[in-house]
Amino acid sequence: MEPILQVEHLTHTYSAGTPFERNAVEDMHLTAYPGELLGIIGHTGSGKSTLIQHLNGLLKPTAGTVRLNGRDIWGDPKKIRDVRFRVGLVFQYPEYQLFEETVYKDIAFGPGNMGLPQDEIDRRVREAAAFVGVPESMLDKSPFELSGGQKRRVAIAGVLAMDPKVLVLDEPTAGLDPHGRESILSQIRAYHKAKNNTVLLVSHSMEEIARNADRILVLRNARNYMEGTPKEVFSHAAELEGAGLDVPQVTKVAMELKRRGLDIDPTVYTLEGLEAELLRLKGGSARA
Amino acid sequence: MSTMIETKDLDFTYPAGENEAGQPALRRVELSIEKGSFVAILGHNGSGKSTLAKQFNAVLLPCGGKVWVEGMDTQEEELLLEIRRRVGMVFQNPDNQIVANVVEEDVAFAPENLGVPPLEIRKRVDDALAAVGMSEFTRHAPHLLSGGQKQRVAIAGVIAMDPECIVLDEATAMLDPMGRREVLDTVEQLNREQGMTVILITHHMDEAARAGRVIVMSQGQAVMDGTPRDIFSRVEELRALGLTVPDTVALLYDLTQHGWQVPLGALTVEECADAVCRSIQ
Repeated sequence: MEPILQVEHLTHTYSAGTPFERNAVEDMHLTAYPGELLGIIGHTGSGKSTLIQHLNGLLKPTAGTVRLNGRDIWGDPKKIRDVRFRVGLVFQYPEYQLFEETVYKDIAFGPGNMGLPQDEIDRRVREAAAFVGVPESMLDKSPFELSGGQKRRVAIAGVLAMDPKVLVLDEPTAGLDPHGRESILSQIRAYHKAKNNTVLLVSHSMEEIARNADRILVLRNARNYMEGTPKEVFSHAAELEGAGLDVPQVTKVAMELKRRGLDIDPTVYTLEGLEAELLRLKGGSARA
Repeated sequence: MSTMIETKDLDFTYPAGENEAGQPALRRVELSIEKGSFVAILGHNGSGKSTLAKQFNAVLLPCGGKVWVEGMDTQEEELLLEIRRRVGMVFQNPDNQIVANVVEEDVAFAPENLGVPPLEIRKRVDDALAAVGMSEFTRHAPHLLSGGQKQRVAIAGVIAMDPECIVLDEATAMLDPMGRREVLDTVEQLNREQGMTVILITHHMDEAARAGRVIVMSQGQAVMDGTPRDIFSRVEELRALGLTVPDTVALLYDLTQHGWQVPLGALTVEECADAVCRSIQ
């Protein structure tokens, strides 16, 4: 299968030529396949935000290439704006980007800039709002009347409305409580399933990535560190801890049980997975 | 006096306007927090936990009832400076708390405003930065630090006031796991070694598990109060309040639903493994 997004030998230098010169990203690679949900994890300062801002051409590589559908996005620099309609980027705390008079107009901003006819814009606004759980009754309100969680949904809808082939979300659940986190993630899952597009999810939370990603890319100190399926990545607990990350708590329990002699798979990384292993060992009555 | 903070019949409603018109944010809250304790306050967004935290150093004042800090009524204006010296707050966004271009100047900000003599300020700044493990960054530019480092500088800024109590209002919400660990390790050490009263507002269960006491807020009221072990085993209640439990507890709970006999109060990986192994024997 051909990758939809391919980043090779990417280096980005901030403040070049000053005492603060720093490679935020060094010789980095990223491959995303059509239809997958790719998780990106790394400690603060590992280069996550810098990397993803290259994916839609907000940042230009100091060295290296970014290819969308096999073509260098900087091949024709005047057309870089088109890339931003095809690779949608939702920043952290996106509620800060809201600015329009009504929720409807804010969501419509992106598709409006794409030069689409009014009825198509309308269809997209309503579809995007539905994906994030924004009811029709909210469309006429001012974004600033909404709660933080509602604002966040509106901001995400504004990117979904552009119908990007690749959706990149930078910590979409940051600052939300457990209920809010699960709500947003289940909506992203449903959206991904319905659109069958490619979704890149940047997160600190191992549990979140474990539950949602098909594949994981781990960054460390501005470079690639590990890549693979959740099972593959989480089986390297010691290395992950060294990289400033954690394995899911469930995996730690599984590893400890294995260490104590229980015959279970120590690389299990979801609650359901560990429960299945334990029930297999001992069995149990039907769910009460 | 062994009580750090006390509230009685505490009511608070945000002024009508912005989001919801005059919704009561705190309703008849009655709490007592002992000196030297480490308390976590949990609750879903909108439960009133941050509003409550802001009452503790008079950022907000009661609409009804009272709040006392070491016996001082927060509504007495002449006592405000002393109350805020004794109870320091660290907020969620590190960037909203840093005011200076150099770390040591930021930490010196509070003691300067309190009129502490210059030589004493120097000592306090150095001691505070040492207490948070940031001494090597004394002359660095704060905006170049990581989130966890910035929050530790913010904590140092509070320590430099020589407080009795630190309130952290979701101070780790914007940090990665490493940053969160750094902040938690720091305040735990302050609590353990210096007897600092620590009040941690959070919705991270793993953080609350490190406290000696957990209070759960919902709809403006304190609805649960006990040790982490007690509180986290009340799985159904917590879920009904829109909260989760640590995965160790969730695992044991699900196993009990399958007929296993296991205790639910397992907070650490070891305790969880103990419970499972004993049941399998």
